[in-house]
Amino acid sequence: MTFFQAENLAINFGGIRAVDDVSFTVERGEVFTIIGPNGAGKTTIFNLVSRIYDPSAGRLTFEDHDITTTPPHRIAEIGIARTFQNIELFEHATLLQNLLLARHVNRKSGFFSELLFLPSVRRMEVEHREAVEKVVDFLDLQQYRDTFVVNLPYGVRKIAELARALCTGPKLLLLDEPSSGLNVEETDDMAFWIEDIKNLLGISVLMVEHDMKLVAAVSDRVLALNYGRPLATGTPQEVQNHPEVIRAYLGG
Amino acid sequence: MRFLFKTAYEQDIKLFRDRTTVVWYLVLAVTVLALPAMLSRYYIGEITWVFIYGICGVSLMVLVGYTGLVSLGHAAFLGIGAYAHAYLVHHGVPWVASVAIAVAITTACGVIVGLPALRMTGIYLAIATLAFSVIIQEVFTRWEGVTGGFAGMAVDKPEIFGIRFSNETSFYYLCGATLALTLLLTQNLLRSPTGRAWIAIRDSEIAAQSMGVYLPFYKSVAFAYSAALMGLAGALFAHKIAYLAPDIFSILFSIQLLLLVIVGGLGSLQGAVFGAIFVALLPPIIAILRDSIPAGMADAAHATGIGLIGTIGHGIGEFLKKPGVEAGIFGLILVLVILVEPSGMYGRWTKIKLFFSMFPMYKRDSFKRQKSYMRSERLR
Repeated sequence: MTFFQAENLAINFGGIRAVDDVSFTVERGEVFTIIGPNGAGKTTIFNLVSRIYDPSAGRLTFEDHDITTTPPHRIAEIGIARTFQNIELFEHATLLQNLLLARHVNRKSGFFSELLFLPSVRRMEVEHREAVEKVVDFLDLQQYRDTFVVNLPYGVRKIAELARALCTGPKLLLLDEPSSGLNVEETDDMAFWIEDIKNLLGISVLMVEHDMKLVAAVSDRVLALNYGRPLATGTPQEVQNHPEVIRAYLGG
Repeated sequence: MRFLFKTAYEQDIKLFRDRTTVVWYLVLAVTVLALPAMLSRYYIGEITWVFIYGICGVSLMVLVGYTGLVSLGHAAFLGIGAYAHAYLVHHGVPWVASVAIAVAITTACGVIVGLPALRMTGIYLAIATLAFSVIIQEVFTRWEGVTGGFAGMAVDKPEIFGIRFSNETSFYYLCGATLALTLLLTQNLLRSPTGRAWIAIRDSEIAAQSMGVYLPFYKSVAFAYSAALMGLAGALFAHKIAYLAPDIFSILFSIQLLLLVIVGGLGSLQGAVFGAIFVALLPPIIAILRDSIPAGMADAAHATGIGLIGTIGHGIGEFLKKPGVEAGIFGLILVLVILVEPSGMYGRWTKIKLFFSMFPMYKRDSFKRQKSYMRSERLR
């Protein structure tokens, strides 16, 4: 049984074929990275997997369920969480509120019980808080709990997005350029955290990344794309030395 | 400066932050309860308006301040609630049942108006709700069998379980209690998943969706809840104004409500109440100034012997009596608030509180926020 599989994925924007016949699988417990030059269609694949875009062709399977037509708000529920390249946190809310929102799929209360804030809602809120606190501890965000996201520095926001994705309790984590905008040390930290997420939490990671050092450090397998088409798949070393990939990056 | 030690997760769920806050709110409650003993009937009547506007403010705050959906048609919901309630009460339906039905009707209207909101945002939604409000106002005018058209419609005094709320004081308490209940229920929603989903929709729809928030549902709920509160306010509004006419529920009223939440401070329930105080009490204050300024300055002219002061005072009085001046002053204040204090009266209030709690170490830049240019616009 494959954990996650994309088969012959394609999408057109007007006349542009942004993603063309891309197939790949992610195994349980692995870090799978998609690399490629700007405009290669990496983020588009993410938006296809998180179902924000509808594919023009192809099939997505997650744990033997076809998710090609699953609506985007159900994706978190089945166990896929994502971060965004340009950070899409809820800025005018505290970090805690951001993380608690990520527990949305685990809510068990109805509108009217919330209106009256019944004891069951109160209990559930404490449970959510406990789940959130585990992630806060895991990523060392304790001091920022009550800070509004607008007041957080960029590096912390990046971690906060990771934390929010983890709070949904995912099986597959989609990281869209986790190191973009981070300095060297922060990128190193990010590498450790991705390793920890894989090894300690047992969550599989599908990642888009430009920083080859980070890619080489954490990835089990890499897929290289150019103009929406797959160039090569393999270990980081294999892909980095693949002649097609070198040509795509350096020209020639 | 006091630091709050947190020892249990329950502490972050509480309605009031700590014991000091509870004490202050108790003081406020006692003051509100004791006011009728201290003030004249006229002022009690004006403060009743604050309560009714407060409910309207909470309603619009949920929609605009928390969910980020703009409505220029909320006066229509108020009108639907007011007319429905007045009609039902007049035809012998018990008060509580009548309010419940009026709220149910406005809620249904809210859901229907909310449907286009699922696809529209910003200015387009504002136009759609504006159109709705114009249509509803026309219905009020034409449906003479129910609303009495331009001739208007008299509203009976409220009678709940045999108790008549006929004088200003008892109605003051009724409205005050309703506002308190509204605030409590709304705060309950805001500290549970529904409220967080609203905030998420306001700040980033795409992220909210990816976290499992079903946008159409929560937007509809926001519209329905907001309309329901508006219907509740409408029922009280009908009794307060005692005579309903279609031209009350115009676009100007909707704009006034929007002004209420902006001046009060978007994104806080306290802001809704602050805004209500402002909107409800500004007209009577202008009315008082209209008479007291010329009189006072005439006295001053008499005492000093300088006739010019009297002439200026007379001029100010005449100016304030001109039609449209009130709306002008409202507009001017709105512009000033947006320029000087975008976070509204509640924002100013938190700054004053911080100033005193940190005195003398207050830093003016505590509330400065860095501008961020990193949100993705591509997916909208």
